Amino acid sequence: MARTVVDIIRETTRNHLKENNGMLLGECVTAVGWIGGTVPELTEEDGIVELSMADVSGPGIAVGAALVGRRPIYVIRYQGFMWFNAEPLLNYAAKSKEMWNVPCPIFVRSIAMEGGMGPVASSSQHGMVMRMPGMPVCAPMTPNEWLEAWDWFMAHDEPLYVSEHRRSFPIGYEMSPILHSKADVTILAISAARLNALEVIKSLAQEGITCDLIHLLWLKPFQVTDMMIDSLKRTGMGLVIDSDFEIAGASRSIAYELMLAASVPVYALGLEDRTAGFAPHLDNGTPTSDRIYSFIREIVS
Amino acid sequence: MFERTCFNHYFEIETARVYDTGIIKMPVYLSLGQEHISASIATVSTGFMIFAQHRAHSYYLSFGGDARKLIDELLHRETGCARGMGGSASIHDPSIGMFGHSGLMGDQVPIAVGAALASGRRTLAVVGDASAEEDYVYGAMGYAATKKAPVLVVCEDNDRSILTPVATRRSWSMVDVARSLGIAAVDIADDPWLIAHYVEVLSDYLPAFINVRTVRHRWHAGTGTDGPPEWNRFQLIREKLGCLGLAKRANEIEERARRSVGRLWQEQL
Repeated sequence: MARTVVDIIRETTRNHLKENNGMLLGECVTAVGWIGGTVPELTEEDGIVELSMADVSGPGIAVGAALVGRRPIYVIRYQGFMWFNAEPLLNYAAKSKEMWNVPCPIFVRSIAMEGGMGPVASSSQHGMVMRMPGMPVCAPMTPNEWLEAWDWFMAHDEPLYVSEHRRSFPIGYEMSPILHSKADVTILAISAARLNALEVIKSLAQEGITCDLIHLLWLKPFQVTDMMIDSLKRTGMGLVIDSDFEIAGASRSIAYELMLAASVPVYALGLEDRTAGFAPHLDNGTPTSDRIYSFIREIVS
Repeated sequence: MFERTCFNHYFEIETARVYDTGIIKMPVYLSLGQEHISASIATVSTGFMIFAQHRAHSYYLSFGGDARKLIDELLHRETGCARGMGGSASIHDPSIGMFGHSGLMGDQVPIAVGAALASGRRTLAVVGDASAEEDYVYGAMGYAATKKAPVLVVCEDNDRSILTPVATRRSWSMVDVARSLGIAAVDIADDPWLIAHYVEVLSDYLPAFINVRTVRHRWHAGTGTDGPPEWNRFQLIREKLGCLGLAKRANEIEERARRSVGRLWQEQL
């Protein structure tokens, strides 16, 4: 049986705590399912630290642990809580090396959810992190991608913001780019939007609209690759889809870079500029397959 | 202790003088009036990691930071203790276990608590009466109490947030808050011997909190004043030493510090 993202996170965390004198800190990390089974069932003596519910001081405590070399994993159960957590992570950990040449390596597992989660706990918030210097950002959705993020963290002394998504947890396969010699549009998808994009390209194919699909893991620093440029030049049009807000978010920022690099129009699609409600008809999540479908039909036509 | 105090005092006097010439192109946060507090703490504590905040020249110097590097930092140089990035407000020195401050008031307390918990080392966090009001400060102090983190939080209470006095901002005391969290806490005058005494005693009962009532002689930032200070502890220390029959020795120490600081600034300028 293939190992899922959950298995990889749990096993990697266990090894880090047992072999590297690492720590894992967060609120309610040992409660209700141990965060989807991603937290190994270990104790405080092993390095699992239950923080109090003081959302702004909690990440500060994790930052302090990073400064003294414990390479902590810091878990944010709902990515919307980044509005609390931002200060120590973005204002201290991210700046520490540039300000004082003092490494502050902290692995931030910031977990997005969606579907009836209301105004705070819905969606990803990696865009707000990307805006600040000193904090690389990635959004892994597969086991190997999560491991790539972890290996990067262990090989560097910077903090890393890992924008996880609950929908990635059961995934036990990898995702390769889907490229055609002749396609109508290049989709570059982020986080849970990748799953919706995978669905929608099938529907579009039935209508004769062929899509290239490139999965984005690293959001910052974002590297424009030859594969992206080749695809965009072939199709003449791109679309970046994200599970974060569109305005001033990752989708528009990356679309801008791609547009300059490939000299073709690149659109962006993310969360709408409105507050999500709890009722299903008021939700504001990752662009749905229907929304992506309609958007692509419109730009292709 | 008096030697450290004098060095801090004249360092700040000289910083103010140079600042007023216009050479220093950034805000400076002088510890004049409070310069003896760090000297008292440093005299009786060793091995502490230090998390101070923006008004930290005296902590840097009292715990053994390189004065030349601090001068260079204030002069915007690559050879400064933070390579020019820290300015007056965000200084550090890894060789003395002093970490930089981010510029957001009070965040040094949770970070200090985390560093103490994760390392087991004794840690000093310095706040002012204003930054002590940041909600995450007592969140962190509560966690320090819960986990018995070896942290000493010292509040330099100059009764001013820029100019707004404590009574205008809050009706409660940080000492009461600390005690309610289960932390040993005292509210004391800025007598240096008293400070040293409580630092020494409470270091065996960490986490602990000391509120030190003090007076800032200069503006929050810059060199200006709003009239004479309510009291001048530096002068009071001199007088006390005189009463103890140590006037001659005190004068020698003070003169040596004054000359030493002057020479350092002159050489770095």
